Amino acid sequence: MTSTLRALFGACAVAALATVATAETTITVATVNNGDMIRMQGLMSDFYAKHPDIKVNWVTLEENVLRQKVTTDIATKGGQYDVMTIGTYEVPIWGKQGWLESLNDLPASWDANDILPAIRGGLTVDGKLYAAPFYGESSMVMYRTDLMKKAGLTMPEKPTWADISKAADAMTDKAAGIYGICLRGKAGWGENMAFLTATANSFGASWFDMKWNAQFNGDAWKKTLTYYVDLMHKDGPPGASNNGFNENLALFQQGKCGMWIDATVAASFVSDPKASKVAADVGYALAPDNGLGKRGNWLWAWSLAIPAGTKHADAAKTFVDWATSKDYLSLVASKEGWANVPPGTRKSLYANPEYAKVPFAKMTLDSINSADPTHPTVNPVPYVGVQFVAIPEFQGIANDVGQQFSAALAGTTSVDDALKNAQKLTTTAMTKAGYIK
Amino acid sequence: MARAVTPARKLGFTIASWTVGLVIFFPILWTFITSFKSEGDAVAIPPLFVNFHWTLENYVLVNQRSDYLLHFWNSVVISVGSTFLALVIAIPAAWAMAFVPGKRTKDVLMWMLSTKMMPAVGVLIPIYLMFKNTGLLDTLTGLVIIMTLINLPILIWMLYTYFKEIPGEILEAARMDGADLKSEVLYILTPMAIPGIASTMLLNIILAWNEAFWTLMLTSSQAAPLTQFIASYSSPEGLFYAKLSAASTMAIAPILILGWFSQKQLVRGLTFGAVK
Repeated sequence: MTSTLRALFGACAVAALATVATAETTITVATVNNGDMIRMQGLMSDFYAKHPDIKVNWVTLEENVLRQKVTTDIATKGGQYDVMTIGTYEVPIWGKQGWLESLNDLPASWDANDILPAIRGGLTVDGKLYAAPFYGESSMVMYRTDLMKKAGLTMPEKPTWADISKAADAMTDKAAGIYGICLRGKAGWGENMAFLTATANSFGASWFDMKWNAQFNGDAWKKTLTYYVDLMHKDGPPGASNNGFNENLALFQQGKCGMWIDATVAASFVSDPKASKVAADVGYALAPDNGLGKRGNWLWAWSLAIPAGTKHADAAKTFVDWATSKDYLSLVASKEGWANVPPGTRKSLYANPEYAKVPFAKMTLDSINSADPTHPTVNPVPYVGVQFVAIPEFQGIANDVGQQFSAALAGTTSVDDALKNAQKLTTTAMTKAGYIK
Repeated sequence: MARAVTPARKLGFTIASWTVGLVIFFPILWTFITSFKSEGDAVAIPPLFVNFHWTLENYVLVNQRSDYLLHFWNSVVISVGSTFLALVIAIPAAWAMAFVPGKRTKDVLMWMLSTKMMPAVGVLIPIYLMFKNTGLLDTLTGLVIIMTLINLPILIWMLYTYFKEIPGEILEAARMDGADLKSEVLYILTPMAIPGIASTMLLNIILAWNEAFWTLMLTSSQAAPLTQFIASYSSPEGLFYAKLSAASTMAIAPILILGWFSQKQLVRGLTFGAVK
């Protein structure tokens, strides 16, 4: 009888253990619709082979919809997502609020020291890493080598804004439908204000002084906006105040732009012969400066973060570890080629001689390395962020300021009035929010 | 005396109608055409109308990447379910207001309409918290409830307007013949108001099908309808217009077909009682 009971208990224990071993944990991953993220979804068989006990549900959304959804969910502790794709704007704010799980305990094989310092700095709050970078980007100059040659000019590797004006003037041929420069003009904190905030850094401007007073009434902002509006009126395409990343990408790919200063991720699109008419004639240079020690390039990293309080933290960390590992980069390279590897996150990727052959690899790395989110401006500022200010109020304020600057570009208001309005509305918002006493 | 309609006048009206119709329909036509282009052709300058390499590649890619049938089924359940639930509430409510009005009936109607005047985002957080606490996030039940509540004021208003057109004497005659309340609503009122109810129902299904704020905010993977299917193909950083157009065409096709076949009922219902 005793032996029968023992056998029965034993069988139950084995059955229970077997159930535990095969129990499936389902995690929900919210992500943006871009090429690198979609590619990852196609490579999930590798993850499932290594972790058959974890199932991943994908929620892929347009960036702004995703931001609204995940912000609502994390602020209310809704628990709909176990992994969220967020950017360098959200991480410092959400990390400070205690909304994110620390990733300091990712396995040693993940190798945190391999992450590019600029990117790691943007994702760390008080010594804790709150998100693992999936891909990083900066901004740089993309230009038409054939048009530069025709104009008898050479683009320096580190151009100044004066070089950019000169090249834009020389390449513009409005009769042939070629415009010397294409820049973002569409209003929005992630549209024209990303470009103009980064540009302003190189002109010595900043959003705030150390006491959070708005700085749009300063000389540096006037120089920035005047330069931008004059350059675009002279050498930019018509209707530029409606152009964002996609519109400028379409113009550049169709051979309508001499230069385009925008995200480094655009390099893979403009150099793709299937999509771009000018793929064979594209050169790259660092974002311009004015000799003040700061370049007009930004820094962004789409990163994977785990909301605090998720019920599946271990499975979520396993997924984040896999998706942002060195092995994942090798996996993409083996299946899709080195040019399709998510860029801008790891030193080891740029040390790889195979990856060094990708035409835009070096310029992307140099651009990322020249951005410093913790010291973004010429003069000291109380905030973190190159093309944004990492405070919750920034999105709303920058959208309003973006409207003013877009109107200045469209010619419906003057540069002086746009700056005056920007100063007024920023001061009002910051006073209401309690930054200015 | 009615003015004679001359052939020239008729031709003018016909041309004007076609022009307005084409202008309104053009974005849908352009989306449809773009869905058969390569991504490069989709952004060609000048735009290509028919002279391009037609391809089904986008439809293949969209079907490989997304579970269209799941999203489609969720849209059907949410729009049809919320419409029937709303009708069950709205028909008696509109009957009461049309045939047994009280002192405050007009105020109640105005109050109901006023709930539509607040921007949806203003109540997002409280509703999100309620859904979270009741386990309704990412469920079809939750979506049916919220869509019922959102469209209820419009349904009651429309039905109230239709019911007002039905002469009260007919209902009185039914009562004289011994009809109770249930028989009066079910056998007299409802059959007479069928065109109105049908058009209200169709309009509500269309509204619920197209609703893109709550359906996006309150779902993630299991209950996500076609609005999320479309949103997953939009991107501010990357040209995916052809794929987005293919996804949009697949999302709007069912409701477009429903609208096409039911246009007679829709027009009949919308003009019901307009001419006495």
